[in-house]
Amino acid sequence: MAADLTIILPEILLAIFAMLGLLGAVYTAKDGLASALLWSTAAVFIALAAWIGLTGEGTNIAFNGMFVDDGFSRFAKVVILLSAAAVLLMSEGYMQARGLLRFEYPMLVALSAVGMMMMVSAGDLMALYMGLELQSLALYVVASLRRDSVKSTEAGLKYFVLGALSSGLLLYGASLVYGYAGTTLFSGIVQVAQDDMSLGLLFGLVFLMSGFAFKVSAVPFHMWTPDVYEGSPTPVTAFFATAPKVAAMALFARVMHDAFGDAVSNWQQVMALLSVLSMFLGAFAAIGQSNIKRLMAFSSIAHMGYALMGLAAGTVLGVQAMLVYMAIYVTMNVGTFAFILMMEKDGQPVVEISSLNMYAKREPGKALAMLVLLFSLAGVPPMLGFFGKFYVLRAAYEGGLAWLAVAGVIASVIGAYYYLRIVFFMYFGDAKEEGLNGGKSPVLWAFLMGSAVIMVLGIVNMFGVEGAAAAAAAALVL
Amino acid sequence: MDNLLSIVTFIPALAALILGVFLRGEDEAAQRNAKWVAMFATSATFLVSLFILFEFDPNNTGFQFVEETEWLLGLQYKMGVDGISVLFVMLTTFMMPLVIAASWNVTDRVKEYMIAFLLLETLMLGVFMALDLVLFYLFFEAGLIPMFLIIGIWGGANRIYASFKFFLYTFLGSVLMLVAMVGMFADAGTTDIEQLLTHNFASETFSLLGVQIIGGMQTLLFIAFFASFAVKMPMWPVHTWLPDAHVQAPTAGSVVLAAILLKMGGYGFLRFSIPMFPVGSEVLTPLVLWMSAIAIVYTSLVALVQEDMKKLIAYSSVAHMGFVTMGIFAANQQGIDGAIFQMLSHGFISGALFLCVGVIYDRMHTRDIDAYGGLVTRMPAYALIFMLFTMANVGLPGTSGFVGEFLTLMAVFQVNTWVAAVATTGVIFSAAYALWLYRRVVMGDLIKESLKSITDMSRRERAIFAPLVVMTILLGVYPALILDIIGPSVAALVTQYDTALAAAEAATQLAAN
Repeated sequence: MAADLTIILPEILLAIFAMLGLLGAVYTAKDGLASALLWSTAAVFIALAAWIGLTGEGTNIAFNGMFVDDGFSRFAKVVILLSAAAVLLMSEGYMQARGLLRFEYPMLVALSAVGMMMMVSAGDLMALYMGLELQSLALYVVASLRRDSVKSTEAGLKYFVLGALSSGLLLYGASLVYGYAGTTLFSGIVQVAQDDMSLGLLFGLVFLMSGFAFKVSAVPFHMWTPDVYEGSPTPVTAFFATAPKVAAMALFARVMHDAFGDAVSNWQQVMALLSVLSMFLGAFAAIGQSNIKRLMAFSSIAHMGYALMGLAAGTVLGVQAMLVYMAIYVTMNVGTFAFILMMEKDGQPVVEISSLNMYAKREPGKALAMLVLLFSLAGVPPMLGFFGKFYVLRAAYEGGLAWLAVAGVIASVIGAYYYLRIVFFMYFGDAKEEGLNGGKSPVLWAFLMGSAVIMVLGIVNMFGVEGAAAAAAAALVL
Repeated sequence: MDNLLSIVTFIPALAALILGVFLRGEDEAAQRNAKWVAMFATSATFLVSLFILFEFDPNNTGFQFVEETEWLLGLQYKMGVDGISVLFVMLTTFMMPLVIAASWNVTDRVKEYMIAFLLLETLMLGVFMALDLVLFYLFFEAGLIPMFLIIGIWGGANRIYASFKFFLYTFLGSVLMLVAMVGMFADAGTTDIEQLLTHNFASETFSLLGVQIIGGMQTLLFIAFFASFAVKMPMWPVHTWLPDAHVQAPTAGSVVLAAILLKMGGYGFLRFSIPMFPVGSEVLTPLVLWMSAIAIVYTSLVALVQEDMKKLIAYSSVAHMGFVTMGIFAANQQGIDGAIFQMLSHGFISGALFLCVGVIYDRMHTRDIDAYGGLVTRMPAYALIFMLFTMANVGLPGTSGFVGEFLTLMAVFQVNTWVAAVATTGVIFSAAYALWLYRRVVMGDLIKESLKSITDMSRRERAIFAPLVVMTILLGVYPALILDIIGPSVAALVTQYDTALAAAEAATQLAAN
């Protein structure tokens, strides 16, 4: 028991921290604490990420297999915690300026981080569901953080109702799997789930996948994404686009490989279909968007399609490609949202793409950083985003899915159009009207520049992420 | 100097970085500094690259000056040149100082302009030197970004349409090549071009979705690479991005596009398609030859009716690139020699022609042929230079344009007489459109009021043309300068191609028995 608790210690500490923070803030009843709480939460995230990343070793199993601490989960946790910390730090100025900085915000993010850490370490359907719900409930609330805004409330409600539906699907799938496999442990399910599995188990698998597809916002379970992205306060949108996506994708990989790893042929085609639909819908639907947050929603749908392409390969290389892709994706999105957070005019946030008209004339440095990020998102070399694409393409090709690779590159050309459109506004437009002003935040500026620099310099050796992802993938699949 | 190639490649990028970090302000002094830094960097690149040329051993048909370092994902950073690529490197470093000099009158965002061109030079040099598939792709694709910005920011009235079309068209072409590269990586287990050149990709016929693929995997890989290079080249019928891009690009952008970027397609055919997929190449050779012949005739006819000078020269470029593809796919010594020669000479000639248009565009701000006439009375020096390059474009013996056309026509005559016959009519058409253009712009009486005060070329402009004039005539009267350098490598390429085809033939015979 004590050994079990040692393994799960980071999660316990983070949960205790969140609850103490809540208690403290409730008893003093002061939102003035919010800023301090936000900074300390970010600090705790970074400390935990360092702890997990630097000291974790081997595969440790706690609570009879319900909780797995292996290289894979540690990789995912480090990415989740670091991106969550980055988003928290980016939010402070924006939230403060708009009176949104309440103490609940950092605490809810901390609780959802606990949920995400549980998700990626789940070794059992029950643990999986607990982690997933903890994460989701916290997220429903942060989506509607802006209580006086109809859109924000709508976003929270929509997210909640559809999220509940997907949880229902997932639970139904879990109960079917339990019924036919006789166990909720992944290590038990994998014994039963062979290539010629029973129909009931297959049904369970499909329902589980639908639930996960909702969480990663893969087509056709993506409908909530644009509305929630648009309605939520921008820092919250940035959060949605990063950490939870990594957690859900890692969970997806965990279940597919730990529980259904011997039945790849049963889910490969489903995964490939989710991937190809996401890539194309993301590419086409974003073309018509004039709101940059909605555009980023469709962009993230397309990116999830590419990450799923890695999973669809069903190999070690595929998982490694997915992890590398997600790490790059998160870095790009942190930078892009730092830019979006800086888009303001006379102190009011602006989300219209056309407001960027001739931005390059006024802010050449920031425009250049955004240019790098946009080409990286589009997957144009020499930016790091290209290497993410190259990884998943290679995984898909070697996994026997050459057609998926071809579909993927064609979708990436269509997708390039809307990223180019933003470049067009920033660089080619005519300076006729008053554009954006303000938005001079050193923190955001640092995140934007840092992310852009990583996109360029990362091509030298990816800062060692490649090796870590290879080890993580090997821990999961082999 | 162990890493001479990297030094040459990254001098311009370094200069771009220095400009970006240290140069501040938009005033005249800053603009002048930006221009001089760019001029200095491109000239330095050219001078250093001369070491490559002087130390290059033409009789060694392998790769020289090779550098190799481990990189991500089992890829490597590997650079090197052989007889086929070394002159393209030289062409690039030679043209870039002229391009910068031709941009001396730019006043809008000069710093960014120079940075874009410097980065573009690094990327173009990288394309010709890369000896790793993915490294090649990286340079090949990344070049789109600066060119997209050059057309989009400093281009003409319809620049936005042209820049998007340029980017998306070429991007679509090359992503299929990316998938093919992934496939080659999976098949051969390496992305080292030197090793891939000796790897035999499967050529057994198989059926895909009910279609018999003759030449098997090689044909599929060939098609994927072809999609990229044919767009880049550009070949008929995927050439339509080029006239738009040329017309809208600023003069210097057009020069780079015509002189260097178009050569990447031809270089790609020689580096990848012919040696790596010989069977696939052979299967599709008739198609490519006929596409080239159609390109030569059709685009020459289209050029005849153009009213915009740049568009006319752009279409003539497509026609000339037709000779290049024809020569490459004739796949014999004369053909490939001629194709490389034609590419290099077209680099000088078309670059010079776009500069000629730039000279009068700077004065009159129009490219309409109708807006000119009788320039010879006010601009005798210009008339002389323009005539030289018009004649070179037509392929007059004594200019470099003649050698390439003649060699490729002779080569293709041995392979496919009908194609040669059709293509030769293109030579006549090219004389028609080029001379007619010259007649309408330069000859006749100077009746247009607006032209009465036009001035002849300045000393700077003459200095830009001087090296191009020298090269065009020198190569025209003494083509061995180029042929001696490329000859042995081309011979090795042709031998390798024929051997591979014979081996595949023998294998098929064996299987049939």
